[in-house]
Amino acid sequence: MGASPEDSTARWQYLDHIRKTKGPFNPPSDEDEDTPEMLDTLGKSTILVIGAGGLGCEILKNLALSGFKNIHVIDMDTIDISNLNRQFLFRKADVGKSKAEVAAAFVERRVQGVEITPHNNKIQDFDEDFYMQFQMVVCGLDSIEARRWMNATLVNMVDDDNPDSLKPMIDGGTEGFKGQTRVVFPTMTPCIECQLDLYAPRAAVPLCTLATIPRQPEHCIEWAHIIAWDQEKPFPSLDKDDPEHITWLYQTALSRAQEFNIAGVTYSLTQGVVKNIIPAIASTNAIIAASCCNEALKIATTAAPALGFEDNYMSYHGDEAIYTNTFKYEKKEDCAVCGSLSKPLEVDPRWTLQELIDSLATNASAQLKKPSIRTESKTLYMRFPQSLEEKTRPNLDKTLREGLGLEEKQEIAVTDPAFPALSFKFFLRFT
Amino acid sequence: MAEIVMSQPPPLLHGPSDKEKKYDRQLRLWAASGQAALESANILLVNSGCGTVGVETLKNLVLPGIGRFTIVDEAVVKNADLGVNFFLDESCLGELRSKCCTELLQELNPDVQGEWFPKQQGSVELDQILLNSPTYTLIMYTMPISPKDLATLKEYGQKHHTPLMAIHSAGFYSYFNIQLPGSFPIVDTHPEAERTIDLRLTKPWPELIQFAEEMTKDMDQLNDHEHGHLPYVVLLLHYLEKWKETHDGELPTEYKAKLEFREMVAKSARTNNPEGGEENFQEAVSAVNRNIKECTLESTLAEVFAHEPSNDPDAKSSFWMIARAIKTFYDKYSCLPLPGGLPDMKAQSGVYVKLQGLYKAKARKDAQEVLEIAKSLSGGGDVDSAEVELFCKNASFVKLVNATPGDQDLSKVFEEQKANDGLAELTMMPLSLFPIYLALSATTHEPTASVDQIKESALSRLPEAADDMRISQACEEVARAAGGELHNISALTGGMVAQEAIKIITKQYIPIDNTCIFDGIASRCQVLRL
Repeated sequence: MGASPEDSTARWQYLDHIRKTKGPFNPPSDEDEDTPEMLDTLGKSTILVIGAGGLGCEILKNLALSGFKNIHVIDMDTIDISNLNRQFLFRKADVGKSKAEVAAAFVERRVQGVEITPHNNKIQDFDEDFYMQFQMVVCGLDSIEARRWMNATLVNMVDDDNPDSLKPMIDGGTEGFKGQTRVVFPTMTPCIECQLDLYAPRAAVPLCTLATIPRQPEHCIEWAHIIAWDQEKPFPSLDKDDPEHITWLYQTALSRAQEFNIAGVTYSLTQGVVKNIIPAIASTNAIIAASCCNEALKIATTAAPALGFEDNYMSYHGDEAIYTNTFKYEKKEDCAVCGSLSKPLEVDPRWTLQELIDSLATNASAQLKKPSIRTESKTLYMRFPQSLEEKTRPNLDKTLREGLGLEEKQEIAVTDPAFPALSFKFFLRFT
Repeated sequence: MAEIVMSQPPPLLHGPSDKEKKYDRQLRLWAASGQAALESANILLVNSGCGTVGVETLKNLVLPGIGRFTIVDEAVVKNADLGVNFFLDESCLGELRSKCCTELLQELNPDVQGEWFPKQQGSVELDQILLNSPTYTLIMYTMPISPKDLATLKEYGQKHHTPLMAIHSAGFYSYFNIQLPGSFPIVDTHPEAERTIDLRLTKPWPELIQFAEEMTKDMDQLNDHEHGHLPYVVLLLHYLEKWKETHDGELPTEYKAKLEFREMVAKSARTNNPEGGEENFQEAVSAVNRNIKECTLESTLAEVFAHEPSNDPDAKSSFWMIARAIKTFYDKYSCLPLPGGLPDMKAQSGVYVKLQGLYKAKARKDAQEVLEIAKSLSGGGDVDSAEVELFCKNASFVKLVNATPGDQDLSKVFEEQKANDGLAELTMMPLSLFPIYLALSATTHEPTASVDQIKESALSRLPEAADDMRISQACEEVARAAGGELHNISALTGGMVAQEAIKIITKQYIPIDNTCIFDGIASRCQVLRL
């Protein structure tokens, strides 16, 4: 049962009225009259949503009510009970089902005429041909790694001879009462990787603190998680969503805390530390998702100037009154994804190669967990294939300057299985 | 000792309840106390116009589990609603919008009660509904609204001390305004953790002094391990004493003295050890700037101390009793009660736990004294010790919102904003969003007004703005929307209003004072007191 043309005109009257009426801030256009064909641009474009969680549910609703007709959504997660306080397309009876499928079906049911294709997959399951079919990508992700992968893929896809290969990427993120919206025109404006150092990983607690001198409840929990679990192996492998496993960690951490007279180990804190839980609420998701979709609508329709070429970043702070900061983040020439220069990497020449590798995980401008490293002339350490790993493993214990003969300003190239298409170029700066 | 503790079995685990699981991600923000406040909240939405922004707000309040909501809306669902409002579907056409939205919102959370008016199609008598309903915790109303209904709601807000939230969303613009019934104090403001650290290094108490002295009396005899694990609090107290010996008993609180003092601490670290330095000394050096300071009063707390609550509805509340008691404490000691927290620092476990205990004990002692003062005040007999403890812990960051109730002079706001805009290029600050507020509020009662009508209405409130180009543009943009809502702008605004409603209901974090304007073209907002 479809709506009649008159119904459809009536249905979208608010949106169409604004699209048809020029405002004082609209960019000047060649066309005097807006034609029905122009209004139909939204119906013809296909838009991809990544993530069907807190932001994703909101994004799907917003795009459907912004006149987008063809939407795809990718999410590999299943619904958990702790999603229900904000992921409003899911009900208790949906727990355990695919997020992408339940969300897509719900919005299709509610908003007539929209088609949403769910993909119960990882983004890495698809290749460039798949991503080429979309005009725009809106990301509602909670993982930096997935954002970086998607960003790198979209930047790599840009072919200067094919304007359709440029897919604007709109990225949202939230934590508690705070969040941010970013708009990227791949290769033309700063990309997500350019802004990597805005999201410095939390400094890890030194292992010796965990092992010998815990002082905080978190130290006891990390001890249970990293050290005791490995020693005692209470279950074959750790499943952070299994309450039995979390209970074991909680009780182990609690005993250790009692041994050292440390207060504050709770089940909730254990879960929070082990799963690195970020607080999330419906209202913040609503703000950031709607901000992303507002930019998507403005880009798709030119109904008003969008973020991107001038200001490209909006941060939102709601803890203390409300404060937004909307600004222009600058492109980085030494960005590993969209730049051409290598980045400086501060290292102590007395470090072993292993220490350099460990530092790449916590270094804000690298954040690489499984790096392989080579110089122009020499392979320093390669994780794959196994034969090469065995051959290069002895290098791990050698020091950078004495043992491996690396020099100040030496260029190194780093690869990581999380970003197969990328080679991160650094030059060494000795401290 | 350790073995005795170990031999006690860990307490039986009652895993989290279903409710704790469902609300886990928000309990980490506002805790069980905030959740309880939400669950007893009874919220009224007086809905109108396109009707989306109010319903989107409610969505964000139903999900975290408010107790009860009511929608008053006399509209009947038409086709245009289905293109902008997600909480309606095909089957709702021709039905009451209040009823349909209530039912679809309730699906989101079975723990929430929903009610709607009118019960049959026709106009509603808002005053009758208010008269026959349990008292509302918070009232939200959307534009357009009739002058009569507006007066009814304002009167109700005054009478029942109910906060009102006015919401207006049209095209790419929106604003909302909070009218609190009086000054609104917040204790649990959730400042960033590092701001709350108060080590009292310039005013240590006897137990802390003794602890530091004992640990450092034969410092040079300590082995590298012990020396490298002296907590930085102890190191700083030790070197401050040394500093005072050579500086006429003065503390290094000025910038230059701090630099020299840092140098002195840095030089005292051992470097002939395998690490070639000491982490605890590094921590001590970097703690100097922030932690060696005289006790000062945050301006926000000074405002609380200076406030005369006699005209406020809650002048007799425990908040004001405790505030007075803390002021007495402060006048006596020139210092606030100790908050009692101790940040993590390099130290042996046992030493750290002991030091932590000293801070906690002092905080308890101070809180006890405040409690006694409060109880001695007339009407302070019922003050609760847990409330005193929370207040003492957060004293520096207590905030009074809406300290001086009353409307602002629009001309004065306009003048200030225009002056700021004149300097915008120099200060790199964005231009004021006041024109958006002025243009939108010109359509409070007449959403589909023409550009000329909007300009006329805006200028009747602010004749001096006649030649202002930005106000003129804002009026054009408002006219462009013809009262129509864009879903994104209403969803975004609904998120902001819900955040503010949560802050007001839970009395946690800091709500705006009092108007937030959103510009969906420039993608930013501004808060103004209007």
